[in-house]
Amino acid sequence: MSTTESASSGGPPMEAKDWEAVQAAPEFQELRRRLRTFVFPVAGLFLTWYLLYVLMGSYAPSVMSIKLFGNVNVGLVFGLLQFLSTFGITAWYVRYANRRLDPLAGDLRDKLEGEQA
Amino acid sequence: MTVLAAAGVEGSNPLLNIGIFGVFVIITLVIVVRVSRRATRGASDFYTAGGGFTGQQNGIAISGDYLSAASFLGIAGAIALNGYDGFLYSVGFLVAWLVALLLVAELLRNTGKYTMGDVLAFRMRQRPVRAAAATSTLTVSFFYLLAQMAGAGGLIALLLNITNKTGQAAVIAIVGAVMIAYVLIGGMRGTSWVQIIKAVLLIVGAGVMTLWVLALYGFNLSALLGDAVAHGGKAGEALLNPGKQYGKSGLTRLDFVSLALALVLGTAGLPHVLMRFYTVPTAKEARKSVVWAIGLIGLFYLFTLVLGYGAGALVGPDEIKKAPGGANSAAPLLAYELGGTLLLGVIAAVAFATILAVVAGLTITASASFAHDIYANVIKRGKVDGKDEEVKVARITAVVIGIVAIFGGILANGQNIAFLVALAFAVAASANLPTILYSLFWKRFNTAGALWSIYGGLGITVVLIIFSPVVSGKAVDAATGRSPSMLQGVDFSWFPLDNPGLVSIPLSFLLGYLGTVLSKDKGNPGKYAEMEVRSLTGVGAEKAAAH
Repeated sequence: MSTTESASSGGPPMEAKDWEAVQAAPEFQELRRRLRTFVFPVAGLFLTWYLLYVLMGSYAPSVMSIKLFGNVNVGLVFGLLQFLSTFGITAWYVRYANRRLDPLAGDLRDKLEGEQA
Repeated sequence: MTVLAAAGVEGSNPLLNIGIFGVFVIITLVIVVRVSRRATRGASDFYTAGGGFTGQQNGIAISGDYLSAASFLGIAGAIALNGYDGFLYSVGFLVAWLVALLLVAELLRNTGKYTMGDVLAFRMRQRPVRAAAATSTLTVSFFYLLAQMAGAGGLIALLLNITNKTGQAAVIAIVGAVMIAYVLIGGMRGTSWVQIIKAVLLIVGAGVMTLWVLALYGFNLSALLGDAVAHGGKAGEALLNPGKQYGKSGLTRLDFVSLALALVLGTAGLPHVLMRFYTVPTAKEARKSVVWAIGLIGLFYLFTLVLGYGAGALVGPDEIKKAPGGANSAAPLLAYELGGTLLLGVIAAVAFATILAVVAGLTITASASFAHDIYANVIKRGKVDGKDEEVKVARITAVVIGIVAIFGGILANGQNIAFLVALAFAVAASANLPTILYSLFWKRFNTAGALWSIYGGLGITVVLIIFSPVVSGKAVDAATGRSPSMLQGVDFSWFPLDNPGLVSIPLSFLLGYLGTVLSKDKGNPGKYAEMEVRSLTGVGAEKAAAH
């Protein structure tokens, strides 16, 4: 049966746990470091890359209008590159999370939920 | 030609369109009834389908929720008429999903249960923060809902050839009633399946049309672009370059930057998007959901690029402008040009299905937020007698919201309120996203900060919109004799931009910071530790309900 209805703000109650001790543990600090050192710089990167595209579209239309081949111009290629970079960053993050985040998070979760039982 | 323009789209067979749409409604209702038999009666089932969807299913449903009629008909039309500037929109709508993937989806899944308020109130004083989160959720959902319902009126004129207001009002009421039925019978489970079916139809339909257009040009994109330019008349060459719509002045350029900012930061703060992350059992499935959504949404926007230029080349901008619905008729006219009355009927039905699926998602989000945040936690202080009561409140709320949406849609029918979607994104980016990010990542963040950023962001955005040119004061267009503003004949605007994001988003981040550091409340380090450990590891997260 369902175990979902037991607490008002999510999940079964685990009041007894010393969360600050878990948070301070080196394994958790390592997980936190791995997450933050990936997502913050990459978020900064793609937002800057997107902003560059938007600013070029707004303020440098003459550059965006340069034809590269046939009727395909810089603007279209730049736009399609945004699609490509979005797909690429998605794949990159999934790979990183599968290898560097999930095993560590899984170990910690098993340990914590093991204590609970 | 003027006779045809007054009627529906040329070649449109209203009975066929209604017929195909009717088949869609019947099939989806049967599916909704069938899946709801498996449902339990609890809140978790009604709000989040018990967290029982897979990442793939949820990703498809997210695409169905996100790709509104505005993005299908609107973007294809914008590209057909304004060329490159229409494409600029779709890039923002896609890139935005990286914010959800990297910063929000998984952590939210691990810490919340049903609503955005669950996460924002996790380590704060429950009642004020939940009330604020619900206020913002209801505001965003209402704006978005109103825009969809009003859009339905235009679509009816366009595709069903019903031009009188009474007939359109009747169809809006039917659309609203079907939507209420989906939500009441199926809850989140049924709504999700409607979104999944609709997403598949929409993406397959757009995909077939895209291949068709490309095949006509020997799969040579450059040849397609060349033909669009050739049919664009004097302004044709400008279709390939940015600036046709936004390049008029320094102000319009700045306005575009402001819109782009709201699009890229707003998606990950849209409550109906956030709620979808709770319909999967784990953070890893939430990640898979976003991966599927990015793939499908990206693919779809690539299709609209071809469809937009294809409509420009094969139908021609003059023909599109003359049709009822203007830019919105580009995709339906292209469908008729390619596959005749039958393909037009299919595309028309898909467009209706799109409105249904999106409004159902919005309604369930708004009703969950009211029942769970306001009723159960603010009014009843978390002491609800059994979960059935909360679900009952949610169902009643859904009916009320549905009725409000019907009347709002009828009143707003024919009004120029397309800006409401941009407004919803601006509120989501200003009020919701800063608060979510501070909650998840900033230890010091406290109740005061959360309230400042939510109410501040919401208030600033709404005030700036009211006093912007979209509401009043744009110069009268000589061609139509009307001002492009919502209100005619008055001018009380003082904020120069149509889109407030450039001002409201940074200010909301600042308010969240100031509210936090100026308050004596030092936060709750124990609760933050719990939230951080849970968000990163998934300990104690909601499991999928057993069935």
